[in-house]
Amino acid sequence: MRIMAQVGMVMNLDKCIGCHTCSVTCKQAWTNRAGTEYVWFNNVETRPGLGYPRRYEDQDKWRGGWVRTKSGGLKLRSGGRFAKLLSIFASPVQPELNDYYEPWTYDYANLISAPLGDDFPVARPKSLITGEDTAITWSANWDDSLGGVYATGSTDPIIEKLRDEANEKIKFEYEKSFMFFLPRICEHCLNPSCMASCPSGAIYKRAEDGIVLVDQDRCRGWRQCITGCPYKKMYFNHRSGKAEKCTFCYPRVEVGLPTVCSETCVGRLRYLGIVFYDADKVLEAASAPDDELYESQLDLLLDPHDPQVVAAAQAAGMPADWITAAQRSPIYALIKHFKVALPLHPEYRTMPMVWYIPPLSPVTDLLKDQGHDAEAAGNLFGAIDALRIPVSYLAELFTAGDTSIVTGVLQKLAAMRSYMRGVTLGTGRDPELAAAVGMTPEAMEQMYRLLAIAKYDERYVIPKAHREEAHGLEELACSLDFEGGPGMYESGPFGEASGRPVPVAIETYSALKARQQAEEAASSDQLHHRAGMLNWDANEDAKP
Amino acid sequence: MNALDIMLWGVLPYVVALVLVAGTIWRYKYDQFGWTTRSSQLYESRLLRVASPMFHYGLFVVLMGHLMGLLIPKAWTDLVVSQEGYHAVALGAGTVAGVATLVGIGLLIYRRRTTGPVFLATTRNDKLMYVILVAAIVLGIVATLTGDHTPTGEHHNYRETVSIWFRSLLIFQPDVEAMAASTWQFKVHILMGFALIALIPFSRLVHAFTVPLHYLFRPYVVYRSRDDAPAAPSHGRVRGWDPIGTKDRERTKP
Ligand code: HEM
Ligand code: SF4
Ligand code: SF4
Repeated sequence: MRIMAQVGMVMNLDKCIGCHTCSVTCKQAWTNRAGTEYVWFNNVETRPGLGYPRRYEDQDKWRGGWVRTKSGGLKLRSGGRFAKLLSIFASPVQPELNDYYEPWTYDYANLISAPLGDDFPVARPKSLITGEDTAITWSANWDDSLGGVYATGSTDPIIEKLRDEANEKIKFEYEKSFMFFLPRICEHCLNPSCMASCPSGAIYKRAEDGIVLVDQDRCRGWRQCITGCPYKKMYFNHRSGKAEKCTFCYPRVEVGLPTVCSETCVGRLRYLGIVFYDADKVLEAASAPDDELYESQLDLLLDPHDPQVVAAAQAAGMPADWITAAQRSPIYALIKHFKVALPLHPEYRTMPMVWYIPPLSPVTDLLKDQGHDAEAAGNLFGAIDALRIPVSYLAELFTAGDTSIVTGVLQKLAAMRSYMRGVTLGTGRDPELAAAVGMTPEAMEQMYRLLAIAKYDERYVIPKAHREEAHGLEELACSLDFEGGPGMYESGPFGEASGRPVPVAIETYSALKARQQAEEAASSDQLHHRAGMLNWDANEDAKP
Repeated sequence: MNALDIMLWGVLPYVVALVLVAGTIWRYKYDQFGWTTRSSQLYESRLLRVASPMFHYGLFVVLMGHLMGLLIPKAWTDLVVSQEGYHAVALGAGTVAGVATLVGIGLLIYRRRTTGPVFLATTRNDKLMYVILVAAIVLGIVATLTGDHTPTGEHHNYRETVSIWFRSLLIFQPDVEAMAASTWQFKVHILMGFALIALIPFSRLVHAFTVPLHYLFRPYVVYRSRDDAPAAPSHGRVRGWDPIGTKDRERTKP
């Protein structure tokens, strides 16, 4: 057994209001630069909808992820190592900017600089790629809240599939449709196909916390990872010629802070924590037949309360607070204890580590619209069984089409609702409701606490990185080398500023703290090369 | 043999080799971030999918031809095939590959010039590289087609001049006379080749030095320990991600 820790996320979709705060704060922090204008490490898509980039789920076209061979092995859908090298000069399938959208800005200056005239001046949209006037035809959330669903709804790859299977029309009249939001970041997969596709080996999984990163110094721009990732969460920075992706806000996570998207989420629906898994079993689990994939990924995650697992973790040198954190992990609880979180597209076989609690809202909304009591257990259970389309849609997203798993989860959520209504209205705790979904009343209330009360320190259980282990008091000893410190320019053998650059201008949080508490505001000189607003603070020079 | 010959064929080759080696080491040490193909497929894919493989595969055959012609002494091939046979094969394969390379790069340049975003993403460095690359290729074709006769009409086989000189370079005893006896077509082609080689470390062509052959052997999943030290600060004078707020079209590199 090779026990490893993985940070992961669970999102409770019932609470997402589709406000895009997460996308915007993420963009400010990470992709507010040249070459990344179209890049959304976090995007929120409306389902049914096309997603971002458009129809990324159509793997017949985009060829992302893994496929199971006849002999039960795994191979990259886009081809083996030889095939990849031979087609390296031009990727056979790669989304073009058109499949995302052409980023634009508005010519605001015209509003104040236009000469006096009879017409109102307008701010024309200008392409950020060519600088020319542009017609805006798509964006990262063009079909938000089912906008334009008449035109685009039927081209949602999942709807297409369901329709083919059911051989019937799925209605999209606004009032009859169902809708929910799906926020997406990189899945920080256990078996990442982006990594497997990278000829240079520049993409790596951090041994300590499983965060998947692109080494910006080793990436050579072969752009195979973009095809490789089935979630299309690998982006090409067209200015630097390097691949970039969600970083799980590693500088924050390392010091125990939640990611920016989680921290700023209006619905407080994101959970962060770690899980232990057996790295030697990943390939085997990822090769399971389609209908066993959910179970096999569950099996991969180890029970942090099991004394054997704890012993193995200790033997592997896992720090004590990481073991405690794994035991308190909200994501482990939601994924494996309560079994209400599901992986996104397990059939891609990358073993994703951002899981979702499927929304009950399509069901409750429909009940409410039809004048029923949407919290009565009987109504809810009946509706879950009757509403074939929302349930099979969710199943296509989260269980490779297995509706029984989704139904099971929705029933748990429905039971919790009705059970807690009993508690709130004082009509009593109904143990039978809990039993009907295979839970105890205590478990039901624990789950309610985690899902509905969702305290900050229960949502986020993030153990800090252990640097001091290997490096003694390095934080103290080296802190002068950080941005603004006197040691900062003495790096390479050729004097000032020589040596290998570190492309990500992220200061450590100790340096940030020093800056925040300093008497004087940080000068723009100190900050001018900063690549993101991740460590913005109020004590900064106001000058641009 | 005059002083110019000695400079061009006795000294310059070593200078170019030194620039290539030292430049590449320097680039590798100091500009990993700029070491990339700078792929433009995000902007345009249809033409690239034809042109880029055509150019690269053509180029590899051409490079193989260079190596064979320069490294294998004529005396050896004479043992196996006749001069005419060798010439026929070389000319046949060489022409196909040469034409593929030329058409490929022609398409690439056409695409670069006509696809707005690709043109905008073309740096001055790229333009210089294209001029020299195309010149080297065209001059190579000119040399092959017309360089087999001296101006006085004598027959000239580069494998009896250029190749001998090239091999003598490898053992550090440059046979300047052999090279001086070649035709002007070959001389100009070689000089342009020198320019191209010297440019490699300082242009996007460095991508050729990191052909990812190790991909065939490495495990699919790469685990790597977190960097030991917290990221050192980067500052104004190094290449890296652009500062926040840089517009896509802004050309200034810090
Ligand atoms: C085995 C080695 C090589 C590999 C794997 C390779 C691969 C690539 C790749 C992936 C691109 C980017 C295409 C795109 O998406 O835009 C590219 C572009 C290019 N390569 Fe290579 N290359 C190799 C060798 C060379 C050599 C030896 C040369 C010339 C001396 C060369 C010249 C170019 C040029 C000029 C471009 C730019 C094409 C354009 O966009 O206009 N390559 N190469
Ligand atoms: S979701 Fe993230 S880790 Fe998984 S394949 Fe895509 S880019 Fe890689
Ligand atoms: S911030 Fe939260 S509620 Fe808003 S879109 Fe993002 S995930 Fe949904």
